[in-house]
Amino acid sequence: MTFGTTAPVDEQVLHHSPDGGEGEYLEIALGPHHPSTHGVFRMDVVLDGERVIKLKPVFGYLHRNHEKIAESASYLASMPYTDRLDYICSLTNNWAYALAVEKLAGFQVPERAEYIRVITAELTRLVNHTSTIGFLTQEMGASGTPLMYAFREREKILDLFESLTGSRMMCNYMRFGGCRVELPSGWLEQVKKIVEEFPRFLDEYEQLLTGNEIFMARAQGIGVLKKDLAINAGITGPMLRASGVNYDIRKVDKYGIYDRFDFRIPLGEHGDVYDRYMVRMLEMRESLKILDQAIRDIPSGPIMDPKAKIRGFRPKPGEAYGRIEAPKGELGFYLISDGSPHPYRYRVRPPSLINLTVLEDMCLGSSVADTIVIFGTVDIVLGEVDR
Amino acid sequence: MLERIKAEIEAAIPGARLEIIPNGSPSGQRSMLIDPAHASEVAKFLRDNSEFHLDYCSNVTGVDYLDKDQTPGHLEAVYHLYSMAKKHGPVILRLRTENRTDKVHLPSLTPVWRSAEFQEREIFDLYGIIFDGHPDLRRILMWDEFEDHPMRRDYVEPDDYEYEPTPHDEVLEKAKHHLSRSSQTA
Amino acid sequence: MLGEGILKGLAETAKNFFGSFVSKERLTTVQFPEERLPQAEAARNFPFLVYDGHDWQAGLRCVACQICEKECPPKCIFIEKSKDKKPDSMGKQQFYPAVFNIDVSVCMSCQICVEVCPFDAIEMDTAFELSTGDRFDGLLWRKAQLAKPNSYFHQIHPTAAAEIDKRLAEAKAKAEAKAKPVAAAAQPDPAPPTKS
Repeated sequence: MTFGTTAPVDEQVLHHSPDGGEGEYLEIALGPHHPSTHGVFRMDVVLDGERVIKLKPVFGYLHRNHEKIAESASYLASMPYTDRLDYICSLTNNWAYALAVEKLAGFQVPERAEYIRVITAELTRLVNHTSTIGFLTQEMGASGTPLMYAFREREKILDLFESLTGSRMMCNYMRFGGCRVELPSGWLEQVKKIVEEFPRFLDEYEQLLTGNEIFMARAQGIGVLKKDLAINAGITGPMLRASGVNYDIRKVDKYGIYDRFDFRIPLGEHGDVYDRYMVRMLEMRESLKILDQAIRDIPSGPIMDPKAKIRGFRPKPGEAYGRIEAPKGELGFYLISDGSPHPYRYRVRPPSLINLTVLEDMCLGSSVADTIVIFGTVDIVLGEVDR
Repeated sequence: MLERIKAEIEAAIPGARLEIIPNGSPSGQRSMLIDPAHASEVAKFLRDNSEFHLDYCSNVTGVDYLDKDQTPGHLEAVYHLYSMAKKHGPVILRLRTENRTDKVHLPSLTPVWRSAEFQEREIFDLYGIIFDGHPDLRRILMWDEFEDHPMRRDYVEPDDYEYEPTPHDEVLEKAKHHLSRSSQTA
Repeated sequence: MLGEGILKGLAETAKNFFGSFVSKERLTTVQFPEERLPQAEAARNFPFLVYDGHDWQAGLRCVACQICEKECPPKCIFIEKSKDKKPDSMGKQQFYPAVFNIDVSVCMSCQICVEVCPFDAIEMDTAFELSTGDRFDGLLWRKAQLAKPNSYFHQIHPTAAAEIDKRLAEAKAKAEAKAKPVAAAAQPDPAPPTKS
């Protein structure tokens, strides 16, 4: 069975309305200069009045040939470029790449480094989900207020990243076999403080949004994504779990030390915008639980594999595919090595690009305003889509 | 597990030529080479089989092997398959074209796994593999009128040298060449 | 009651608005540039070259090994080795960079050059108010502009600078301790020299 197509618009369809009315469909381009398209992204929509008949996403405006640069750079030199893929969550990008190289070369990561990786990854998940929900409310028309509340919390976490890695967003922190620098003194206490205060912010945020009638009217029943289509189209991340599929790579692959933590996976029921919002809110609460456990259990010890070299790293010929549960979905790196210091093939599996496959299916029949809202819940970042 | 999958596919689809490719790295992820003629059938079998139930195609990658690296030089599409129902994987499939110049057709697996749609378009755009049966095969990252395929290993950039204050190595060569040429035409 | 959710939301907004008058936590705006937040110690912006002492040319730690040039991902560093040598902090004769340029319009502040430098000669600066009127030459920093004293390094990154100084002092002391028995063995001595 095939699950729909996204073939180009037929000229015949464009000019004849099915219910015999006069007039033409309107074909417009939403983007690439658009405040709500999360970057330079274009959607060619065909509209019947206000309803969407066909939608074709067009991207490539931010294509920076990251994969080709990696073929002529060393493995370490690609690490700062991975920060710039999903530029909101740079630490999870770093971890995915480091995981792929560690699979390729067989490095063992010491325990303390694993705990640090989990802490930074869950903080990144908080950063990303607050940012996404904030922008979602912005697109619904709440002009900036919930967004700024979310950003206020995000700033606290970005300050933590700055004191650890040196940079708020382009962290470049993970290395093959561990982490770059040791935690500064007092850093874990600051994380603990955030973990203690964040639930109160989440409660306030939910009070603002979850029971809000306007929010519910704009979010419930909009952009429904069915389970079977989601699995077949390769959707991952909160979008998939909102449609009711229990697939979280932290529980499936158990990469790193995630099998030591006790956390649940929130699942949605209807697969609409409201479910995706709720899944992200609940995932933030679960992240706080993981952070709590990680801070309590982190051991002391080295943070780098002693066998891993910084310079002159030449893995044996072979290939490896390493993937993690990034905040947006499954972020995977596929590396083919031929024994030289440069990768032979370096491929990023971007969750945002694959999640866009079903954009048309979700938006058919909705109005333009709803299209923007649905697009906001797909949660894309153009740096990842175009690389 | 890969041997068992191979045996089951050969039992179910006679005539399919499969080959297991070893992997030198410690990751141990071996892949299976499938001949393009039976690829669609094999894919449907893997997706619908109740034991393997590989319903999730995670990653589709294009690889380019030049004539000097491997004879004959060919292009490859590598599919990483996982199962959301059974929670296992990855099962890695490889499809090879016959050469890099004219015989670059491969069957599209988009009718089987819709997640391959954009990724196969990207491979067409950047490598030049033509997927037969793809519902909408156009360029995705480059603009529509672009010619040539950028990710191929023998791709030569067009001469549009941008001024750089500190050129060195190959950028310096390009600068000298470009500026001397433009001063000739000027 | 219809509208209850909206009223609760409005209560939340009111709490934030009126709370910003009384609580510092709700008023998060910092009136830059009159008020500044302290920068984290590990913050990094663009690299600079460290020199010991007062003479920036004689005390420059860089020996033009060109490792940072090779490892730099966007290749923004350009080094030309000198023809002659000058003594470094340990007294050994080393090359020095005749030309050391960093193109900061290309530099992405990834800090890999700092990580791979074996001589602790290049470190990350924290200054960010760097606007200039010239897009090409103003963003190409040469050796004179990049060289900053070790005392400045102590000011911006105290713990890192202290640790590096300690390590260099230890290495210098070890080198001097090794030089002493060699000097003693240069004198004629009938007994075999003891291994230290």
